[in-house]
Amino acid sequence: MFDNLDFDVIRRSLPYLFLDGMSFTLMLTGLSALGGLVFGTMIALMRLSSYRLMGRIAGLYVDFMRSLPLVLVIFWFYFLVPYIGQWLTGASRPIRVGAFTSSLVTFIMFEAAYFSEIMRAGIQSISKGQPAAASALGLTYSQSMRYIVLPQAFRNMLPVLLTQTIVLFQDTSLVYVLSIPDFLGAASKVAQRDGRLVEMYLFAALVYFVISCVASYGVRRLQARIAIVR
Amino acid sequence: MNYNWNWHIFFEQNPTGAGTYLDMLVAGLLLTIKTALLAWVIALIFGTIVGILRSLPSKTASWIGFGYVEFFRNMPLLVQLFLWFFVLPELLPRAAGLWMKQLPNAPFWTAAIGVGLFMSARVAVQLAAGIASLPRGQKQAATALGLTTGQGYRYVLLPIAFRIILPPLTSEFLNTIKNTSVAITIGLIELTGQARAMQEFSFQVFEAFTAATVMYLAINIIVVTGMRFLERSLAIPGYIAGK
Repeated sequence: MFDNLDFDVIRRSLPYLFLDGMSFTLMLTGLSALGGLVFGTMIALMRLSSYRLMGRIAGLYVDFMRSLPLVLVIFWFYFLVPYIGQWLTGASRPIRVGAFTSSLVTFIMFEAAYFSEIMRAGIQSISKGQPAAASALGLTYSQSMRYIVLPQAFRNMLPVLLTQTIVLFQDTSLVYVLSIPDFLGAASKVAQRDGRLVEMYLFAALVYFVISCVASYGVRRLQARIAIVR
Repeated sequence: MNYNWNWHIFFEQNPTGAGTYLDMLVAGLLLTIKTALLAWVIALIFGTIVGILRSLPSKTASWIGFGYVEFFRNMPLLVQLFLWFFVLPELLPRAAGLWMKQLPNAPFWTAAIGVGLFMSARVAVQLAAGIASLPRGQKQAATALGLTTGQGYRYVLLPIAFRIILPPLTSEFLNTIKNTSVAITIGLIELTGQARAMQEFSFQVFEAFTAATVMYLAINIIVVTGMRFLERSLAIPGYIAGK
């Protein structure tokens, strides 16, 4: 079964796989999670605001993003980002955008929709007495959000946010459709160059599996530790 | 924005010689639906079995269920499809591998099975949670009535557990439909694939993707509406969502 396989190809390509591929994947995951969290929180606040229209717009955005497959969104932004850049900078032609920037914009916009739902649940899980007490103390709306509601919401939602980040880590592999050398893209490049599909894809699967397993084990531990005793 | 919009493109002949660009997209839409339905059947069957395993008192059974779910949840779907499509035929005995590679519509079967198994892990988690959320009295009453474990699941636990998890199952079904687009990487020309092909042939990027977007939105609305009717007709009066 394994007799004509050459697992040495993995050892030979390790530096490329991890220094180029995995660092791209991890950078993309980390920055998208941060950006998604910031925008997601803003969208969640919009949805919960007392301005109906704002809530409606945010809700539409979330529903829209969540009904599209990520692959299609990746294609959309890949072609759209140069035009957005042109519009923002006032250039005369669509600007050239690197693979990393393009996929970063995609994942931030896409994940913001998912993170916003998590944050909305988190904010709603805070009892009404908290913001009420904050405003009784004379805190403004933004102060109450900043110092009272959001810190507790983050804490309650941290395990879910991290689980979503693990999903995001796996989803970044989809930039493969743009032939971007993330971890899977790098593995696939080596696989096709050396004709070693079996070895490389098995190895890639193993790496994703181990990282995701360790991370989700960590999340479970964290969940047990930070749960607020009520 | 200096982009040449041309919405008439949908009614122009596509270069494959078989109908218009719109026909291409509709063919993609149908393939998306076909793949998703088959994948969903697989996900429900395997998800139910594994979900039940996870809820059984036996340690071994719940370990098998746990292992299954972890296996399918901790790898990107794309990697799983590659494993089924590129790796499995090579590791099988020569004749079986050759048969798999020469299968007509190999991307379709691989996509349906790959996406189906991937989603089955999620269905299993939902179902196990649904069963766990039932009051203990349900199972005890079933035993007291003389039902075997199998009968207890068949007639008492599963009918209620499935009703409870119907809303999350709706979103898992929507995820199944969306996830079929990942199969573009193994050469399945479903809706996203057809939009991409249309973009390459005609250079009308945004029209092609707009059309695909509208179709995905339409599928979503139809499924959500349909499931809402199903939820209402299945609701037990006086229970959960029943009125």
